[in-house]
Amino acid sequence: MLSLWYSQRARSWAMQIALLGGLVLFVWWLAGNTHENLTERGIRTGFDYLWRPARFPISESIIRYDASDSFFWAYVVGLANTLWLSFLSILLATVLGLAVGLSRRSAHPLLSRFAGVYVTVLRNVPLIVQLLFWYAIATSLFPVPREALNPLPGVFLSIRGVYAPALTLGPGASMLLIVAAILLVIAIVAGFKLSAGKRLPVKAASVGLSVCVWAGAVVWLSGMLGHPIGLEAPALKGLNFRGGMVLSPEFAAIITGLTIYTSAFIGEIIRGGIDAVEKGQWEGARALGLGERHIMFRIILPQALRIIVPPMTSQYLSTVKNTTLAVAVGYPELGLVVNTVINQTGQAIESILIMLAVFLSISLSVSAFMNWYNARVALVVR
Amino acid sequence: MTDITFNTAADAPQKPPRAKRKPLLKLLFGDLLSAFLTVLAVLILLGLIPAFNWAVLDAHWVGGPAACQGGGACWTFIGAKARLILFGLYPPQAQWRATIVIVLIVAMVLVSLSPKLWNARLLLVWALAIAAMLVLMGGGVLGLDYVPTSKWGGLPVTLLLAVLSLGLAFPLAVLLALGRRGKLPAARAISFFVIELVRGLPLVGLLFVAAILLPLLLPPEWTVDKLGRTLAALTIFAAAYLAEVIRGGLQGLDDGQIEAAEALGIPYWKMIWHIVLPQAIQNVIPPLTNTAIVMIKNTSLVLIVGVFDMLSAARSASTDPAWPAPSTEAYLFVAAIYFIICFSISIYSRHLEQGVAARTHG
Repeated sequence: MLSLWYSQRARSWAMQIALLGGLVLFVWWLAGNTHENLTERGIRTGFDYLWRPARFPISESIIRYDASDSFFWAYVVGLANTLWLSFLSILLATVLGLAVGLSRRSAHPLLSRFAGVYVTVLRNVPLIVQLLFWYAIATSLFPVPREALNPLPGVFLSIRGVYAPALTLGPGASMLLIVAAILLVIAIVAGFKLSAGKRLPVKAASVGLSVCVWAGAVVWLSGMLGHPIGLEAPALKGLNFRGGMVLSPEFAAIITGLTIYTSAFIGEIIRGGIDAVEKGQWEGARALGLGERHIMFRIILPQALRIIVPPMTSQYLSTVKNTTLAVAVGYPELGLVVNTVINQTGQAIESILIMLAVFLSISLSVSAFMNWYNARVALVVR
Repeated sequence: MTDITFNTAADAPQKPPRAKRKPLLKLLFGDLLSAFLTVLAVLILLGLIPAFNWAVLDAHWVGGPAACQGGGACWTFIGAKARLILFGLYPPQAQWRATIVIVLIVAMVLVSLSPKLWNARLLLVWALAIAAMLVLMGGGVLGLDYVPTSKWGGLPVTLLLAVLSLGLAFPLAVLLALGRRGKLPAARAISFFVIELVRGLPLVGLLFVAAILLPLLLPPEWTVDKLGRTLAALTIFAAAYLAEVIRGGLQGLDDGQIEAAEALGIPYWKMIWHIVLPQAIQNVIPPLTNTAIVMIKNTSLVLIVGVFDMLSAARSASTDPAWPAPSTEAYLFVAAIYFIICFSISIYSRHLEQGVAARTHG
């Protein structure tokens, strides 16, 4: 018996059985409490509420929603808003972050100082404070529509939101869009083919030229077909703008806040990746007489990408999770919809389970995609 | 000051050389791109002029609500409402207690900064200090008036949530990390499941779970108040993230250390406490301080479940109809406080890291 006590195997088995048994008992206890609490409060359980009409409004959505739609559809609308917000802010933050990261590394004194201050300030202030700050600016410091700021032609900033020109699609537009997309691909490929083997600026100029030709062709085609695609600029009529595309103050605040906050982190990731590329690579390239910019884009950045991808994955994931902070300014993404549903129906467990399932599947699929991409980058480089 | 760099996971021991030093004029206008960047930077600076005018030149520094008409920032609002933002709804006659709590936390953190003092005695002092803070905030004993947690608010709540959640999460995180790295399959599976589940969720979701589900999961006679529930959510969240950081430290540890300890017959927990953890934690100081900064920033999220922290206090202060919509100023004030706290931690972590580097690399 004593030898059993001192046996490593027996002890580890006993430990694991105790652990699992404790866990099962704990879950059993929680489930029992929940059952008791739910019957006491008379809350129904089950997912059949999903098909009842939701009867609450959702202030804005990228897919159609009506208060008579079901709770299930309300979740889908919230999810669509979450995904749209994530996609847009990740895209914008990556572009801005690349600029910030390169600026911090550049030898240009003004620019690198500037980027340093930007990163330091934005990383040390909580995102929700920044979101509320932008929202406060959008709703209290912006002028009334009649005195709206007009930073770009056709774009108006006012207390009612951000107004920008919108594409208007007439009959036959979808056909034209498909043709335009195919032509765009042809134009870009042709630009690259024509300048094959030439230096980078020549390449850029060549691609730019062919895209200009493409744009001209699309405008001409549109004219031939009687202008199915046009631009409609917002115009001040009475007390507010009419026409064009409108971003609500909520959406404008959350997209601005998320993009700027995330770009500071992405800038640091990119800078860290560049700094981690071995010193010898710079020295070797300089010894060969390559220019600084050439070294950066041809030698350092491709290698830095391998280091950058894993932290970038977690940054993208946390951006998706950060969209739930839109609750604070009232943009109806999934978190806000879930909260509203709980207040309306009391079906807390089901709603939260749905939210957990959604975020876990987003997390898993983003990391799967990034792992695939990471493997590709690694292969290309080696 | 602008050159403070942050610790990223990809920090390299050697920095790439900067381009050769050139005269300033050549750096700014040497070639087409540099000139373009210079113009761009100047344009951005010019674009900030309206913001500067708003914050300084057109701003109102003295007077009451009536003086704040017209454009420009209304800094007098901050002066008038600082007490409300810093202390929330805490009873005014007891605010000296909340002040002592703030001072106590800051003092304890400053004392704990020196790595020389990191030992079991410091843990005991922390435990005593936290007990003293909770007594001071809550009262009800020693002749202090009782203040329910629903009346707690402002900066003390922010600091207490940060310190308590990190402090409670740390032992939990060590257990999770050891479990995930350990030999027992059951412990590995449980740790993996807990860590990945919590890390896969947004903190807002976790706060909802705590605020709505916790009362349903526990027996009806156990009542956990709102502050306790959010603390539970913050703790489990911090534990999952800290566990991953500590796991990284454990992975970086040479296997020979554990093998040697086993060969010497040192019991498991003694080995963990005296040999494994000190080395593992020293390896991950930069990401640990980063996680600490993230958790301090995360305390601001409790606004969403209605806990009256500094941010909520600022938000409610700015809804006072007597003042002309000063919410921007209020948020700037809160942002400045968070910035000071988080920025000092990141400077300190750099200093600490350099100390470690000096000790280990000669």
